[in-house]
Amino acid sequence: MIYNMEYETMPREALEAIQLRRLQSTVERVFANVPFYREKFKETKVSPADIRSVADLRRLPFTTKQDLRDNYPFGMFAVPMDHVVRIHASSGTTGQPTVVGYTARDIKTWAELMARALMAGGADRGDIIHNAYGYGLFTGGLGVHYGAEMLGASVIPVSGGNTRRQVMIMKDFGPTIITATPSYALHLAEVAEEMGVSFKDLKFKFGIFGAEPWSETMRTEIERKLNIVAVDIYGLSEVMGPGVAIECKEAKSGLHVFEDHFIPEIINPDTLETLPYGETGELVFTTITKEAFPVIRYRTRDICSLTPEPCICGRSHLRMSRVTGRSDDMLIIRGVNVFPSQIESVLMDMEGVTPHYQLVVDREGALDILTVRVEVGEGMFSDEVKKLQAVEKHISKNIKELLGVSAKVKLVEPKGIARSEGKAVRVIDNRKL
Amino acid sequence: MHVEQISVFLENKSGRLSEVTAILAEAGVNIRALALADTSDFGVLRLIVDDKDKAVSTLKDNGFTVGKTEVLAVEVQDRPGGLNNILDILKSNSINVEYMYAYVRHTGENAVMIFRFDNIAAAIEVLTNEGIAILEGEKLYAL
Repeated sequence: MIYNMEYETMPREALEAIQLRRLQSTVERVFANVPFYREKFKETKVSPADIRSVADLRRLPFTTKQDLRDNYPFGMFAVPMDHVVRIHASSGTTGQPTVVGYTARDIKTWAELMARALMAGGADRGDIIHNAYGYGLFTGGLGVHYGAEMLGASVIPVSGGNTRRQVMIMKDFGPTIITATPSYALHLAEVAEEMGVSFKDLKFKFGIFGAEPWSETMRTEIERKLNIVAVDIYGLSEVMGPGVAIECKEAKSGLHVFEDHFIPEIINPDTLETLPYGETGELVFTTITKEAFPVIRYRTRDICSLTPEPCICGRSHLRMSRVTGRSDDMLIIRGVNVFPSQIESVLMDMEGVTPHYQLVVDREGALDILTVRVEVGEGMFSDEVKKLQAVEKHISKNIKELLGVSAKVKLVEPKGIARSEGKAVRVIDNRKL
Repeated sequence: MHVEQISVFLENKSGRLSEVTAILAEAGVNIRALALADTSDFGVLRLIVDDKDKAVSTLKDNGFTVGKTEVLAVEVQDRPGGLNNILDILKSNSINVEYMYAYVRHTGENAVMIFRFDNIAAAIEVLTNEGIAILEGEKLYAL
């Protein structure tokens, strides 16, 4: 089933004509309304009139997460605040998240794209959607929610956490579709098993999982343990939220990017050259219909490839491969983006605490466990164990408050953190995806 | 009045303690008393040594985090109730003991305990008023 047959199966020529028109209009709007883009375009000596084909997109400068931070909170908005009806934010460095806004039309577009995504993943009117993505500043919960309503499905806004209650709801309400992070889905399966509830007795048919990287092995495990068909969804708040790209349940091979709203490119993260289809590099997005928060050539840092090969589902939109890594050192812990530099700034802000640290990520059962190893310097050392334990708790609390992720803090001896070629190894990721 | 104790941060893994004792042995530092407090992840080694400056610099050179703390070496009568008598005095004067451990040598008829107080000045006053002997560093090392 295809939600928007006309646009999702549009022949590529017609699609590209629409893309060009929308791209030109977006470029004109950001040039007129966002000082950041106006200056950046002038610096790179490019003007909206230079965009005469979709390929001319390559002439435009890139936008990075740092640019968004530099314009915190609303500096990148292209409409006056009285047109903005919703604000979301992604986790950011100390006190400075990335803030995005939506007009009423943006919310409607987003809902439609999520409705398309849900349908591609097997949902339809009459389905009951158990939405275990977090509701709040994070785009996951509300993004799926509005799409489910537009689709005409019944949505249970269960959000994240309180897992035992979720299992009860799954048993009693009989949801047919589950939306969650893949690791939370596996956690739900474990808790259900502990409670003596078998997914075989539940009514789930399909699951739509995203917001963190996962693998084919995890898909097999989720499909087996939850007794469903599982598809991958992609999105990021800077571009829109969930529903930027979706796997179809027919092929389960690559995610269709909704190209009538976003233009994807793959670049070499070092040379910044655009790469041809099939080559692996960093994914870059330009939004072509967003009103409040358009982005031009936004560098996602996600590593994947694009293919224009026709798909058995009938959609003409090209497909991105699963995200296989990052071109920076960002970690995704239980759906939360964590940069080592954020942990560093938490430590730097604490008196007497050395900024010598290492992040170790393990997966225990289905959940990610973050351990922050911190070297004990003289400034924080005490002959009293309870004071050292208080330091550990304090660091853990600050990380939780500022980054929104629980971390176990472990004090280690100076030089206890392995250094390779004089450079400290900041991240050890033991998760086998 | 007080004695300086050194403390060393240790990760809770095998061989760490012997590494400290080996470093001190090589530097010719004599350990006079020692106590180890530990959690599942780390430990804090507390030491009274005959040459604390040498001990501190050698351990730091070897990459250990080292701290110095003022403690009291208190004479305790070597008979039933000896320690209890001192703790009673401290309790009735609301002096809090953070931790304590035994010193290896005797003064003759009395044992010696090392006390760590959060308020060392108040502890000295109370113990002195009660006639409890507190050993100074020089005298302690000479035992």
